[in-house]
Amino acid sequence: MTTTDQPAEQTAVATDLQDERLRRSSGLRGTVDAQVRRIKDGDLGVLPVVAGLVVIWGVLQALNPIFLSSANLVNLTLECASVGIIALGVVFMLLVGQIDLSVGSVSGLSSAIVAILFVDKGLPVVVAIVAAVLAGAVVGFAYSLMFNRFGVPSFVITLAGLLGFLGLQLYLLGAQGSINLPFDSGLVKFAQLWFVPPWLSYVLVVLAAGGLLVTGLAHSRKRAAAGLSHRGLTDLGVRSAVLLLLLGFVVFYLNQTRGVGWMFVLFVGLVLVMHYLLSRTKWGRSVYAVGGNVEAARRAGINVRLVYTSCFMLCTSFAALGGVLAAARLAAANQSSGGGDVNLNAIAAAVIGGTSLFGGRGTAFAALLGVLVIQSISSGLTLLSLDSSFRFMVTGAVLMLAVALDSAARRTRASSGRA
Amino acid sequence: MTPTAPASAPADTSVLSLRSISKTFGAVAALTDVDLDVAPGQVVAVVGDNGAGKSTLVKVLAGVHAPTSGTITFEQRTVTIDDPATAHDLGIATVFQDLALCENLNVIENLFLGREINALRLDDVAMEVRSWELLRQLSAKIPTVRIPVASLSGGQRQTVAIARSLIGDPRVIILDEPTAALGVAQTAEVLNLVERLRERGLGVIMISHNMEDVRAVADKVAVLRLGRNNGVFDVQDVSSEEIIAAITGATDNAVSQRASRRQGATTTHEGAPS
Ligand SMILES: Nc1ncnc2c1ncn2[C@@H]1O[C@H](COP(=O)(O)OP(=O)(O)OP(=O)(O)O)[C@@H](O)[C@H]1O
Ligand SMILES: [Mg+2]
Repeated sequence: MTTTDQPAEQTAVATDLQDERLRRSSGLRGTVDAQVRRIKDGDLGVLPVVAGLVVIWGVLQALNPIFLSSANLVNLTLECASVGIIALGVVFMLLVGQIDLSVGSVSGLSSAIVAILFVDKGLPVVVAIVAAVLAGAVVGFAYSLMFNRFGVPSFVITLAGLLGFLGLQLYLLGAQGSINLPFDSGLVKFAQLWFVPPWLSYVLVVLAAGGLLVTGLAHSRKRAAAGLSHRGLTDLGVRSAVLLLLLGFVVFYLNQTRGVGWMFVLFVGLVLVMHYLLSRTKWGRSVYAVGGNVEAARRAGINVRLVYTSCFMLCTSFAALGGVLAAARLAAANQSSGGGDVNLNAIAAAVIGGTSLFGGRGTAFAALLGVLVIQSISSGLTLLSLDSSFRFMVTGAVLMLAVALDSAARRTRASSGRA
Repeated sequence: MTPTAPASAPADTSVLSLRSISKTFGAVAALTDVDLDVAPGQVVAVVGDNGAGKSTLVKVLAGVHAPTSGTITFEQRTVTIDDPATAHDLGIATVFQDLALCENLNVIENLFLGREINALRLDDVAMEVRSWELLRQLSAKIPTVRIPVASLSGGQRQTVAIARSLIGDPRVIILDEPTAALGVAQTAEVLNLVERLRERGLGVIMISHNMEDVRAVADKVAVLRLGRNNGVFDVQDVSSEEIIAAITGATDNAVSQRASRRQGATTTHEGAPS
């Protein structure tokens, strides 16, 4: 084992730690110190949203003891999935410094498409789903053509899309106005009834923690072999153990009632895949580069248009998938599918989760954390039998807070050199 | 002073030749019929006043701006460089005057932007090791490569931009005022680097306002004035005054007047009765 807890004690100082101005810290203590320093410097990461979530949960639990009950939390996870997946798409738009205001309409359109193809036309459900998501991708492609060719701001393009696709949804649903999905169809069952068997849920938790440990160790060894500083075994072990306990507890608690829904697993899985794409691939780098400085990205030889196109298409495809799941959850597609607060909730979730509106900053996890905040508020206030008026006001206030924090953190970063 | 008349056909010794390159921005003719040749293992300094068109020339070669007319010959082939990726693929690496770095990305990410190792599973260890090699080679005073470029000083950023041009296997390196923000030691390192690049047989185009730097490393000096060629000189047979005369377009210019004034002042002072 080449890893040690005290890289500073090694005979030679690691290549990346040789500058004397660098504050050296090592081991577990060092990791914690470094985190604290980052937060002080305005590199907040996911901390504000996690803290916010804790506060919101505390307050709502105090107001209504049912809120943190297993049954309610299971419900919460299921409610999260469709808006969360839409928010995941919005994250990509925000990362390249653009916005999509039409995600609600596109998701509603996709609800309508899946219901019409599946119920009215009697096509296999998979075909209906694929067609709906493809329709979403086509919408994104059309947006990107407008954006890349004519330089129309994304704000305007998608505002037009918001109206246009709402119209198309109403037109397609036509006279009926509403189509019910059969309760015995796989799609509805997936969204309402299918849960991960408890044993499998624990296996998944162990796999996740084990995976983190193994990849962490491999990476640490590789860094050590290259003469770079690396995390010690304890450090990595503690990290994995914390994850194991945390996820294990969540899963255990949810398993007290219905358990972990497959739809939620799908959402989390998509978040993880997107996280990988953003952080570990060349394409992900180019997304951040375009969001940070388009001209620099272009001069570095990045095909900027392709990056925009991919983000527009991902966003609308995720919106469409979210629409399919929303229809499945409701077992119906109607004129208000994707309407109301879906649009704003999805965008708010991405921002509350920590994606900067200024571009180039944020992670896929923003969608997960942000949507948890939004849905918690919504679920908590529903439990208190407060109507949507309160929900809108509270969500609005939280969004305002998140944006203010983003702007404030941006300023702190500028002054402490982490912009 | 022997301005070598530019040959009308590309010299077959050159790795990069420009013939009658023009670039207009609306009504402004930034470049008019500019010729330039760079041979392998040769350092060509391009000098000229502010707004003479130097950076525009650089951007034409880097694929940022398409020339309005003219031909570019790279390794005896006529090429069109219509985007930055083409320039990279040909082997033309550029350090821009405005550096063109992404502030939100860290040093490693900036160095390898667009040329990451292992596209589908980034090899960040290999990239970090290579980053340190390059930065040490330039005596960069950068404490850590894992901080966003936004938090670096102007000179540190310039070093990062220069280091970036060395990634890949360029045939020609273009440096647009590479030493403008650098400290004494770093300037010396960059000049050393330019000499090493020349020894390795690369063609180097260096833009600079600093006559000392130009005379220290350049083989040839090409002067641009108001977007036109105003002479190409061999560094050995030309004095700084002659270059300055070509830059300003007159032997009687602000620089020479100032010099003679100071000369005069000193003389009077010395000649003053004690
Ligand atoms: N993108 C642009 N659009 C319009 N005009 C431009 C553009 N870029 C440069 N120009 C014009 O072209 C001329 C040459 O500019 P350039 O930047 O090449 O000068 P330079 O020689 O690099 O000057 P400096 O020494 O100040 O860097 C200037 O008159 C400038 O106004
Ligand atoms: Mg310039």
